[in-house]
Amino acid sequence: MQDLSAAFAAAMGLVTAGDPALADIVALSLQVSLTAVALAALVGLPLGALLAVARFPGRGAVLVALNALMGLPPVVAGLLIYLLLSRSGPLGMLGLLFTPAAMVIAQAVLIAPILAALSRQVLEGLWEEYAEQLRSFGVGAWRAVPTLLWDGRFALLTVLLAGFGRASAEVGAVMIVGGNIEGYTRVMTTAIALETSKGDLPLALALGLVLMAIVLTVNAAAQLVREAASRWAG
Amino acid sequence: MRAPATALPLRAEHLGFAAGGVPILQDVCLVIEAGPPLLVIGPNGAGKSVLLRLLHGLLRPTAGRVVWAAEPGQPRLPRDAMVFQRPVLLRRSVLANAAYPLRLAGLPRTECLGRARAALERVGLADLADRPARRLSGGEQQRLALARAAALGPEVLFLDEPTASLDPAATRAVEAIVADIAARGTKVVMTTHDLSQARRLAGEVAFLHRGRLRVQAPAAAFFANPAAPEATAFLRGELVW
Repeated sequence: MQDLSAAFAAAMGLVTAGDPALADIVALSLQVSLTAVALAALVGLPLGALLAVARFPGRGAVLVALNALMGLPPVVAGLLIYLLLSRSGPLGMLGLLFTPAAMVIAQAVLIAPILAALSRQVLEGLWEEYAEQLRSFGVGAWRAVPTLLWDGRFALLTVLLAGFGRASAEVGAVMIVGGNIEGYTRVMTTAIALETSKGDLPLALALGLVLMAIVLTVNAAAQLVREAASRWAG
Repeated sequence: MRAPATALPLRAEHLGFAAGGVPILQDVCLVIEAGPPLLVIGPNGAGKSVLLRLLHGLLRPTAGRVVWAAEPGQPRLPRDAMVFQRPVLLRRSVLANAAYPLRLAGLPRTECLGRARAALERVGLADLADRPARRLSGGEQQRLALARAAALGPEVLFLDEPTASLDPAATRAVEAIVADIAARGTKVVMTTHDLSQARRLAGEVAFLHRGRLRVQAPAAAFFANPAAPEATAFLRGELVW
């Protein structure tokens, strides 16, 4: 118990003092996860919008597959990207394994299906409401995609925040493809796992506190966005 | 404003529509020519809304066809537009809503905004241009939907019970706008279940009953002598379906 409170005090000290090692780890984590969300959004949001409006044979199977991919275990995503990027893999010549770029790719692959599936759900309701009016204006499925993405912007922001939450809390994928190299590919989650197993509880706890604070901020932001959206859209 | 070539008359030739084997419209032959508004009336379930959707192209006829006399004079803009009973407004400002279909047609941005502003002016919504459209009252929303459609300058404007969910004051405002749109040369084709509204607006009446067109006649002649027993009963309020 005393160990715990001592560790806690030390952790608070690290956070308030702005410990440079801690700050580097936090900065890299944010950089990796935000870039991954941005990349995944470029693919996932339009894909989700298209799936919301398009009707084609096999659509049901695609939706089932997409929903299943939402539950893709991070270690499996990490393993797949590892196999692709490893020296003997098809993309081995890029030399990306054990770099932050590899971590970005792994997290993007992990959350793109989540963004696509969630935005499909959100935008399908919007499409039901808009479909007849937009068809009256001569809008087809492809042209409806940008309209839905814009008109669903508030709901999609919460989808993006959900994706960011998932990316920043994930440990398995970045551990495998990043390698948890100190000062290079070590992020908050992998550092917490390592420091805990080494017994360096203050650093692990300090990182845990920061991670919690980030997740909390993200959720508060999501709440504010939802409120702003309901004020706007009525 | 419009090129002289006109898409009218619009003809429905032996038009039929069935949903799941149930006939909703049968053998409707109708000629829509330029002129004062055509009011499509008839009891509930007569097929009024389906007829409008077939003419507008939202539904495909299962029999017969819809024939326009010519392609639209202004190729980029649609020759016809439709306003629904419940207006569907985008989650954008009032002005952005009015400009949206113009942007779709590929008009330059400044021209879109100019035409949208002018259309808002005519329906009395110019002061609300920057407000979120979905915060407007029901009557204002319908006026915006009318302005959005009118901004396209369509040859034909289809209105499906545009005042059915509005209070009397908002209904009067919408009727004034419809009359104004018609006076500017757009052919209005409108359904209503409100006979006094039909008397106020109609230049011409099409009476539908159980999926068939029973009468198409000038309004004055129709209301003086409906020429079909069902229409006489309907005008007396005795025909409910």
